[in-house]
Amino acid sequence: MIPSALPDAATFDAAALRADFPILQQQVNGHPLVYLDSGATSQKPRQVLQAEYDFLTSSNAAVHRGAHTLAAEATDLFEDARETVAHFVGARPEQLVWTAGATLGLNLVAYAIGNATVGRGAPASARFALTAGDEIVTTEIEHHANLIPWQELAARTGATLRHIPVHDDGTLDLDAAAGIIGERTRIVAFTHVSNVLGIVNPVAEIVSLAQAVGALTVLDACQSAPHLPLDLPALGVDLAVFSGHKMLGPYGVGGLYGRSEILEALPPFLTGGSMITTVTLDEAGYLPPPQRFEAGTQPIGPAIGLAAAVSYLQDAGVESVHAHEVRLAERMRAGLVEIPGIRLLGDAEGVERVGLWAFDVEGVHAHDAGQFLDAQGIAVRVGHHCAAPLHRRFGMTASVRASLALYNTESDVDAFLDAVSGIRTYFGVNA
Amino acid sequence: MNGLDSLYQELILDHSKHPHGQGLAPEEGRTASSHQHNPMCGDDITLRVRVDDAGQRLVDLSWEGSGCSISQASASMLASLVEEDGGEEGLPREDATRLIEGFREALRSRGKIPLDEETYADAAALSGVSKFSARVKCAMLAWVALEDALARA
Repeated sequence: MIPSALPDAATFDAAALRADFPILQQQVNGHPLVYLDSGATSQKPRQVLQAEYDFLTSSNAAVHRGAHTLAAEATDLFEDARETVAHFVGARPEQLVWTAGATLGLNLVAYAIGNATVGRGAPASARFALTAGDEIVTTEIEHHANLIPWQELAARTGATLRHIPVHDDGTLDLDAAAGIIGERTRIVAFTHVSNVLGIVNPVAEIVSLAQAVGALTVLDACQSAPHLPLDLPALGVDLAVFSGHKMLGPYGVGGLYGRSEILEALPPFLTGGSMITTVTLDEAGYLPPPQRFEAGTQPIGPAIGLAAAVSYLQDAGVESVHAHEVRLAERMRAGLVEIPGIRLLGDAEGVERVGLWAFDVEGVHAHDAGQFLDAQGIAVRVGHHCAAPLHRRFGMTASVRASLALYNTESDVDAFLDAVSGIRTYFGVNA
Repeated sequence: MNGLDSLYQELILDHSKHPHGQGLAPEEGRTASSHQHNPMCGDDITLRVRVDDAGQRLVDLSWEGSGCSISQASASMLASLVEEDGGEEGLPREDATRLIEGFREALRSRGKIPLDEETYADAAALSGVSKFSARVKCAMLAWVALEDALARA
């Protein structure tokens, strides 16, 4: 085990824990790296890499098959990892399905519902079957991963897609939602926190609207899982997804949480080895969840790495991490609003937020602004951040986004603000 | 010159602020258009060419679009180059093809092949872009649109 550089939660000290993130200790373009793109992917602490390394060098074997010692060890580590990650989101292990990531998780749900629609898994799955005229509701602020799978499901089933609009300040229009979510609504898929706006959406209100009409709720928790204390059963959603690599974990692994009765009634999406009971040449029976949704060899090392990542977050104290990131985001906002020509997206007052800001620099394209920041070692995201409809709604094609994580410091924010204040001068658009 | 200044040369910023050839010409005579979009950053261009009756010479190039300074400057520089090289008679189709191919080769060279100023005029200032692989598509957008429009004309 590598001793953690983590401080006590009470005295959260980001500068100290940066020792666990070797990548942050480098110069980029002659400046100390200021990594402000954790919303796209987080950096990984050495403990995560070490957990994968230890597994691969000591216990590597395929899980849930074979009677040899390593196979048993690997299975134990893999299932322990499931328990650790499930507990991290308030769930029981049998409620957590390993996926390749949130995009796969959302496609899994959409395709499983498509399979239910053609009668697979009946009679238990009949509750999910869609008919022409049924409605699937998303929002205007979704990441493409929580939009396009539903567009495709609607196209395959004859269902209609509807969208909860967003106010100019970035909050969802709940009055409109109450009108949109109705008798024909079968699915309500929405994000916990938009990857562009950073606002924590009112999950309870939306779940309550959906439950009143018996609609299935699907939550995209990618931007909340790394940054907020998360209790998915308490939120009341039926299904939720998150991505390992955005929460200090490895690539290629993520989680799908489901309420037990939902997962038990849902037919599989991917089929093959490890998800079956009996198989003949003509048909097969399927295991109960979560294995029913885990066809083929799973990302075992990454799952163990993800467990190490959530343990790291727990050791840091998720509440403390959240408070630290919010404090930095407030410092960032205070600086940004003082810089002429900066327009923040989703600058609603009195809302709970995570640590990110997307913004427009008047007169300078986001790509140019990002290039200018990169020349000073500052890594931000530019573009539409896989939320093109949201940008169109705000009358733009691209924005600059700075997203924080537990390893960012006040000096990161100050270096960023200092650089942002020079953008318009450099491109000659200072008023 | 630091890395950033080699990318954003004065000439590039000038062209992006005062673009040449912007505003689509009417579809009179033998014309063809191409719409190109970069989904990564939203750069967008529609470029229109007019060729002579025989289809052998490019006699007019106009465009409209939006995007980063590199994409806008590149479209402007391309429009200037075609106008200057074509003169009264227009630019022979094979010359246009040669310019596009040479430009692509230089931009993809990661800084190894500079654009020759005599051939490329102001557009030679885009040589610096080739060291920034994420920006090569921005610079290529208008040139790809010209290639596509010519193939349709």
